[in-house]
Amino acid sequence: MIDFGFSISKSSHIQMDDVDLKLFNKLETLCPDIKTCMACGLCTATCTAGNFTDVSFRQIILMLQRGKEKEALQKVKKCMMCGKCLLVCSRGINTRNILLSITRIYNEAQNI
Amino acid sequence: MIVEGKQKIWADYQKDIPDDHYYYVRSCIRQSFFPASEVTFLDITRNKLGKDFYENPYHTTCGGIAYHSDSIPQETAMTIIARQFALMHESGYENYVCSCITSFGCYTETLETWHEFPELEAKIRQYLWDSCKKEFVKPKYLAHCSDIIYKFRHEIATKAKHKLINVKTGKPLKVVEHIGCHYSKMFPSKGFGGAEYPHVLVGMIEAWGGEVVDYPERRQCCGFGFRQYFVQANRGYSLSNTYKKFESMEPYEPDLIITNCPGCPYFLDHWQYVIAEQTGKTYGKNGYGIPALTYEEVAGLVLGYDPWDLGLQVHQVAIEPLLEKMGIEYDPKAKYKGIKGKDLGTPENPVNIKIV
Amino acid sequence: MKEHIVLIIGAGPAGLETAYQLKNLGLTPVVIERNDKIGGHLAQWDRLFPSSEEAEQLLERLKGQTKDIEIRLNSRITNIEREGDSFHVTLSNNRTYDADAIVLCTGFDLFKAEKKQEYGYGIYNNVITNAELERYFKTHHDERINEPKRIGFVHCVGSRDVKVNNTYCSKVCCATALKQACEIKDEFPDADVYCFYMDLRMFGKGYEDLYLKAQKDFDIKCVRGRVCEVSENIEGKLVIKAEDTLLGTPMKMTLDLLVLMCGMEKADGVDKIQKMLSINSNSDGFIENKDTFTGMNLTRERGVFVAGACTSPKTLPDTLAEARAAAMEVYRYLNS
Repeated sequence: MIDFGFSISKSSHIQMDDVDLKLFNKLETLCPDIKTCMACGLCTATCTAGNFTDVSFRQIILMLQRGKEKEALQKVKKCMMCGKCLLVCSRGINTRNILLSITRIYNEAQNI
Repeated sequence: MIVEGKQKIWADYQKDIPDDHYYYVRSCIRQSFFPASEVTFLDITRNKLGKDFYENPYHTTCGGIAYHSDSIPQETAMTIIARQFALMHESGYENYVCSCITSFGCYTETLETWHEFPELEAKIRQYLWDSCKKEFVKPKYLAHCSDIIYKFRHEIATKAKHKLINVKTGKPLKVVEHIGCHYSKMFPSKGFGGAEYPHVLVGMIEAWGGEVVDYPERRQCCGFGFRQYFVQANRGYSLSNTYKKFESMEPYEPDLIITNCPGCPYFLDHWQYVIAEQTGKTYGKNGYGIPALTYEEVAGLVLGYDPWDLGLQVHQVAIEPLLEKMGIEYDPKAKYKGIKGKDLGTPENPVNIKIV
Repeated sequence: MKEHIVLIIGAGPAGLETAYQLKNLGLTPVVIERNDKIGGHLAQWDRLFPSSEEAEQLLERLKGQTKDIEIRLNSRITNIEREGDSFHVTLSNNRTYDADAIVLCTGFDLFKAEKKQEYGYGIYNNVITNAELERYFKTHHDERINEPKRIGFVHCVGSRDVKVNNTYCSKVCCATALKQACEIKDEFPDADVYCFYMDLRMFGKGYEDLYLKAQKDFDIKCVRGRVCEVSENIEGKLVIKAEDTLLGTPMKMTLDLLVLMCGMEKADGVDKIQKMLSINSNSDGFIENKDTFTGMNLTRERGVFVAGACTSPKTLPDTLAEARAAAMEVYRYLNS
């Protein structure tokens, strides 16, 4: 292979046809309230950890829907489980349950 | 695909350009990329169609290449353009036709800008006087050379020696058309067919017997982008764009790509070599690439010009499979001979893509 | 009391309701309709948001209310001459009326989807409009709708878009899109349904509930971002591009069906009537009314009134409320 000093980069487009939503669908079945997020950002605005790290509940959900699982799980790790997002969510989403379920479902899948 | 839908758009985006008497200007880079394209255009229009196309030896670049590479400001580019218009007027012409798509974009953009901001036109008029002691008259009509070939496509078809048809199977060749971004993306009404479904090359392909391929990434830029290509570290951007287009057109198995821009055919051609050498992948059959030609070169083949006189040997991708499909005879030994038999040298053989 | 003839132009919901109310007030309404049947767009629609009530039921109510009223179908206005407070009106069939007041209920046209060339309506087979999807729901016949596995809805087609000279919001498309998304999901439960929106304008009674229902019960996936272009792949499936603006990333997907939510524009031919009555258009191209608050049913011309979507995009409840208000204005005008 010749080194030309430049190479083909991967497109930044999310190709939805290639996104495997099996785990997300499992999560949705367990926590159907996840579907009702309207991306208002209250969870992120109020997040204790989000003030110092890139954790954002809203973005975690969106990233999982778009197949960006690795990035989402990195964010999940930074959550301190204080429950403030659960307190504020105007759609009444059980954020705590969802975060714990994400950890369980995606970790189980990794262990297989 | 519903062709009638496109035909309706094509009927809406027609522009009025004259049949004859044009002041012709060249591109800065096309003569080295595609050495015979411009001379073929002049030969077709003057000698095959019997038209008056005048070329003034004092004309220069339009400045577009420097303008798009961030090395001159817009006022400078406009003053260069003003000088070109002054030369046209001095030569006694009022219809302006340019060989380069980016020039066409720059001329259109300049004329539209002057129309919206007459004070800027006055300023440029002063700059031209201060620098060259010249005065300009704006062209009555502005056209790109592909507009001219488009206008006479049926006449060319009646004189055709070869068609865009596979002589072995009798089926039309599958042809990808690629329009230079600066043809109509900025001003859709200035291009035949508009910006979403341009007709300028489609019309040629259909008139000459080919079948047009409409693939998902058809409207995307080849990725040249001037600044992006000129800096080596950024070339991956251009390469990646072209790669995306090839991946998208691959399932259609195109026989030929036809373009109307200086940069696009160069990159659609040469990046096939780079992609092959980096990934091992080729897009034609049996280790060949897909020939990417200018519309003048295709018109030349249709009219029976010798492929080596058209300069097709300087293309990276081998042209021979296309010549064989079209039933065009050629002398393999003459491929690397220039004018008057001058030896052009033989290129090295790449590992992953066949060039002969 | 002298018999007062009020000419109503347009036999859609606005015209029919205005006619009914005027009749109740003791006036003589005459409805002029250019088409061969009454009901306007309502007659083309299957179900209505937010409750999915059948359009037919509302249409039957409006028809029932107006069965004793003179309605002239297949009639166009060819001339109007004003003489004092009276309007001498000539129709295309040479019939004439002397009217004491005119109510414009000319409604709207749906935006012509082919104008947004990048969406490929009329070029790529599986791109359809909101109106065509309603027709499918009514007839269950459309060759393009064939067990779709992935369906997209594009909001704001021809609305909020300077490129087509329509910068306004058409008001009804967000709710219509979610209603239609739920309905098609109901029909094809295995399909993934995406709505591409920029703002979800769910302002009316029950609309927010519809949004929640769409998300929760129908699993409609709302993506914030406008579709930028549509093309077709070798299998004839649609390929679309949009940005997921909440993630800040461009995305691509193939679809089996794309539904364009065409917005509202002033109905074709109304310009001519406006000219006969010396009435201007507003900045959105619709008929200009006198003012936004207390004069919404009035025009600058004495005796000429307006109701419904002819002055700006409106929902059906808005339109019907305006029709009743217009009837009151006409009554007050003729009895003062």
